[in-house]
Amino acid sequence: MLVVTVFPLLVVLKTSLVNSSELFDTATDLLPTSPTVVNYEKVLGLLTTEEAIVNGGSGANINILRALLNSAIFTGVIVVVQTFNCTLAAYAFARMRFPGSKILFGAFVASMMVPAVVIMIPNFVFVRDLGLLDTRAGTVAPYVLMHGFSVFFLRQFFLSLPKEVEEAARIDGANPFVIFLKIALPLSWAPIMTIATLTMINMWNEFLWPFLVAKDPAMQTLPVALQSFRSQTPQGQPDWSGLMAATVIATLPTLAMLFVFGRRIVESVQFTGGK
Amino acid sequence: MLSIAPKVKATVAGYLFIAPALVGFLLFYAWPAARAVGISFTDWNLLSEPVYVGLDNYAEMIQDEQFWNGMKLSALYVLLNIPLQTVLGLFLAVAMDRLTKSLFVKATVLLPYLLSNVLVALIWLWMLDPLLGIVNAMLALVGISPQAFLGDPEQALISIAAINIWRHMGLVAMLFLAGLQTIPKYLYESAALEGASEWRMFTRITLPLLRPVMVFVLVTSVTGSFQIFDTIAVTTSGGPLDSTRVIVYYIIQNAFSFYKMGYASAMSVTLCMVMLVYTLFQMHILRASESDLA
Repeated sequence: MLVVTVFPLLVVLKTSLVNSSELFDTATDLLPTSPTVVNYEKVLGLLTTEEAIVNGGSGANINILRALLNSAIFTGVIVVVQTFNCTLAAYAFARMRFPGSKILFGAFVASMMVPAVVIMIPNFVFVRDLGLLDTRAGTVAPYVLMHGFSVFFLRQFFLSLPKEVEEAARIDGANPFVIFLKIALPLSWAPIMTIATLTMINMWNEFLWPFLVAKDPAMQTLPVALQSFRSQTPQGQPDWSGLMAATVIATLPTLAMLFVFGRRIVESVQFTGGK
Repeated sequence: MLSIAPKVKATVAGYLFIAPALVGFLLFYAWPAARAVGISFTDWNLLSEPVYVGLDNYAEMIQDEQFWNGMKLSALYVLLNIPLQTVLGLFLAVAMDRLTKSLFVKATVLLPYLLSNVLVALIWLWMLDPLLGIVNAMLALVGISPQAFLGDPEQALISIAAINIWRHMGLVAMLFLAGLQTIPKYLYESAALEGASEWRMFTRITLPLLRPVMVFVLVTSVTGSFQIFDTIAVTTSGGPLDSTRVIVYYIIQNAFSFYKMGYASAMSVTLCMVMLVYTLFQMHILRASESDLA
């Protein structure tokens, strides 16, 4: 299994180090015979277009550092704001009594079941009418405010949290927001981080919405930039070495994430299915 | 008055807490869902004003071969994808449960899932390239002639299923592994004492007790697979010869390439209904899926 997982990545890495003119002769080699970093220079924008074409580029362009930065902003904003909003809402649904709370919670849960493509068209029209196409605000809009699954998941956790401490604080006259911040939140870091981790994975990889809304290269997230780099290359002879160099660079943040948060990621993913 | 005031206060506090999420729900889920139905009764190219056409879009849809082709391909894709992915994931989970507790192994197994669909599609597009790809180069070593894979109408959907099995197998395995770890070891010990074979223990203990996880995996992966889009956008764009023009791809194409917003919405509303029926059917099974341990 490890071979199955790692082998394609090694092939990609090898390809990225081969000069495109040598691809045919080296198809079965597992190591590059005469490694070159020219493909990396190409996708990092270190070569002029003419130099890139001489080295087997197609003239297509990708600004991979800008795409990485866009992805980081997109993911970061959504993880922080959405997780906070969902935690607030989940706490209210678990702990507060107010008219309509059951119906609203039911509606939130139902929102998980609507296929993305159904709301995609009206959302696109809405964001366009707001004049937010090709802006960061438009790209994050459908995600930052809420996510049905996160509210559902965090509410389950708050329901299982013992009430006594909060009751005591309430009797002492603390207001609900203070109780939430000072008591409930500190006890809830583990599930909140679980949800934040899952949101991070999903948003880092999100494709369809950013693809529809952010056509402007200056706003493209990494998956969108990679797809447009790929579709700019001619069908007959794509610049495979260049594409694979871009792929390697795009894989690095995920590898780094896995290296730093490996246990957290594995546990977060397992937790959703186990419960 | 005194008895009402705290209630009002609690209501205000509750609504303040859910306010951001509620605004998000209303603006980006509830309203667009209703609006999708509204748009589906119109003819609209995004530039001019929408024109009300009643059920025309739905009538057109029923006669549109591409619509039925898309539905059929999506269903076929689920059938290609899910059984293999589930069985391989389960097998892998059992193997990991027995052989290793290593975090490194788990992380490696999960890695493909952590890469985006776009990246995974690019990686395999290259590996499966008919001329230069390593898969054909390796097939040549054992004497098999080169295959077109994504370029062959017969093989394209299968190739896409294989790509996504590669991406999701590890995820499925991790979910099953979490389930396996909730099964008490004494069940196996006593079964072993009675001389039960490995296979018997697997079919009589492991499988029944994994049922809740199994249901979760199937519900999420079937609905997810039915909505496949990203991989197709990168690899085949619906071709060759419409062999991968699954329903979501066709809907997005109608909306954002042909600017037939009304028609695309009619198909998406229909897709939503199909998924709803499927989900209700699954909920029915879910109710029967309480763990045998409880």
